[in-house]
Amino acid sequence: MIPRIYVPGDSGALALGAEKVAKAIEKELADRGIEAKIVRNGSRGAYFLEPMVEVATANGRVAYGPVKPSDVKSLFDCGFLTGGHHKRWLGAPDKIPFLAKQTRLTFARCGVINPLSLDHYKAHGGLKGLQNAVGLAPADIVKQVTESGLRGRGGAGFPTGIKWKTVLETTADKKYIVCNADEGDSATFADRMIMEGDPFVLIEGMAIAGVATGATKGFVYIRSEYPHAVAMMQKAVEVARQAGLLGVNVLGSPNAFDMEIRVGAGAYVCGEETSLLNSLEGKRGVVRAKPPLPAIQGLFGKPTVINNVISLTSVPVIMDKGAAFYKDFGMGRSRGTIPIQIAGNVRYGGLFEAAFGMTLGEIVDDIGGGTATGRPVKAVQVGGPLGAYFPRSLFDTPFDYEAFAAKDGLIGHAGITVFDDTADMLKQARFAMEFCAIESCGKCTPCRIGSTRGVETIDKIARGIEPEKQIELVTDLCNTMKFGSLCALGGFTPYPVMSAINHFRDDFKPAPVAEAAE
Amino acid sequence: MTMQPAGTEIASRTAAIVQELKGLEGPLLPILHGIQEEFGHVPQDALPVIAEALNISKAEVHGVVTFYHDYRSHPAGRHVLKLCQAEACQSMGSDAIAAKLKQLLGIGFHETARDGSVTLEPVYCLGLCACAPSAMLDGEVIGRLDDEKLDEIVAEVRS
Repeated sequence: MIPRIYVPGDSGALALGAEKVAKAIEKELADRGIEAKIVRNGSRGAYFLEPMVEVATANGRVAYGPVKPSDVKSLFDCGFLTGGHHKRWLGAPDKIPFLAKQTRLTFARCGVINPLSLDHYKAHGGLKGLQNAVGLAPADIVKQVTESGLRGRGGAGFPTGIKWKTVLETTADKKYIVCNADEGDSATFADRMIMEGDPFVLIEGMAIAGVATGATKGFVYIRSEYPHAVAMMQKAVEVARQAGLLGVNVLGSPNAFDMEIRVGAGAYVCGEETSLLNSLEGKRGVVRAKPPLPAIQGLFGKPTVINNVISLTSVPVIMDKGAAFYKDFGMGRSRGTIPIQIAGNVRYGGLFEAAFGMTLGEIVDDIGGGTATGRPVKAVQVGGPLGAYFPRSLFDTPFDYEAFAAKDGLIGHAGITVFDDTADMLKQARFAMEFCAIESCGKCTPCRIGSTRGVETIDKIARGIEPEKQIELVTDLCNTMKFGSLCALGGFTPYPVMSAINHFRDDFKPAPVAEAAE
Repeated sequence: MTMQPAGTEIASRTAAIVQELKGLEGPLLPILHGIQEEFGHVPQDALPVIAEALNISKAEVHGVVTFYHDYRSHPAGRHVLKLCQAEACQSMGSDAIAAKLKQLLGIGFHETARDGSVTLEPVYCLGLCACAPSAMLDGEVIGRLDDEKLDEIVAEVRS
């Protein structure tokens, strides 16, 4: 058998030099006259080990990482094609603690298979969910998804099955499935990773949604900052069409479903579902008022399921193994698994899929290993730029939608940014307002203007101009933004701002500088 | 300096792109992406052509073009460097990286070097948050930026 070498083509791995490593391996193979196949897999998500090269041996896969191009020659010298020892040797990838501790349901294949091989996909359990779905009545599919307890992984946490039910029960000449792949939150990369590493699972999830609701057309709206994911999804859709997975008879069933990949244009607010729909329609990405719900009047006024990538990619495993299997993971009303993305100033950064319920402290300290700089953790922002900053004193909060809400935070798309003790929380609060000002669609006044006034007011605090009065003003402003904005951009910007003020008050009491003493 | 195509040429090249894509559902964004790829920016002369073909007002097209950060009103430099300035990169010192890069290139954000070599832009997240700070140079991703990598980037854009 020709040896198989896996070098991730995931953009996170590429950012760390995977392309140069692949080239070096190619060259070394040629120089030594060895015949081998290089597979460009996705990433398993342990970014501290990327580029992680794997070799398929008689005893299973053996991983090496992080591999530098300069390591390649010695890897061959050590016999890495048969799993030989080397300073970069990591052993079986699924035994690496960071990966071994995970519960991989949604990301089961990511980083394992060749992303564009349908055969690999099927050999690793792919398409079973869709096969089951096409044999069921639409209402039964919706029932399973509802019973699984799956909630929107984009951040809002709305039960996926309920959305689907509304679309199923709304009659129309055309219905749509829209996948929100406008993953703009800092610290999040789960959507990107799965689109680059296992694109068929998203196609399968969307096809199931189509069969379940009677929708025949799907769109994936991917942000333009993700060119690799766009390219991968486009190729995968082509492969799926040729294989009859998409088209007039999905998997030979009477159900028609086809899909298109669309690219965003750099507007963060288009991650909000109604702006995304406007953007797809070719309009400014301005937020729509709800009602009407997109499930009743969505894309082009038709009933539309709009779900996040991770919601849709979690559906195939539910339809394969059943609602009860999935529901068995998790805590409270947060069922199943969640791909937690550990990012920023952290030692072991990457994607960690686990059942809901781990505490924030376990995630940051035990899994993430504390900061990359080795300094104490000062704050972690959970849920992207609209998420709250948590201090160490709240590290006992379990990862669960309700538990985070109870602590005035949100889990959002499950990204966690770790900051060490050099972080200036006033600066972070100011950035939250500044970001809102840059990205506001302009529809709601509290968001459009409030964000700019927020920046100015926080600047006054920094200059020591009546700080207590300004804090009062910011608090009042946040209240107005929270209740006076249609969407989460204006509505949730108060989370990072107020959490920074409430938990890190010392950072808002700077020593007054001379020029302010007038 | 490259010659700017004349208005009529822009109109005819725009018409070809519009013709190819107008059959899509909601074709405006794909058309604008196509135009930006063709010209390196979205020229004013392209707007009336799009408006007429899609039967919408020129004001509507203008509104869409100006809403999205990606669409440029002027051509960029030969290289486009996007530097992530979002929280995960901030936690790893992206502010200092930005300051250093601005100094090395002699330009600020949203500016193009006088010799047309490079345009520097902030970007809010490239999804490389576990290998921060990050950047994208002409579509190529770069993680864990440090002084050495900045020097390499600067050398590349100036070569």
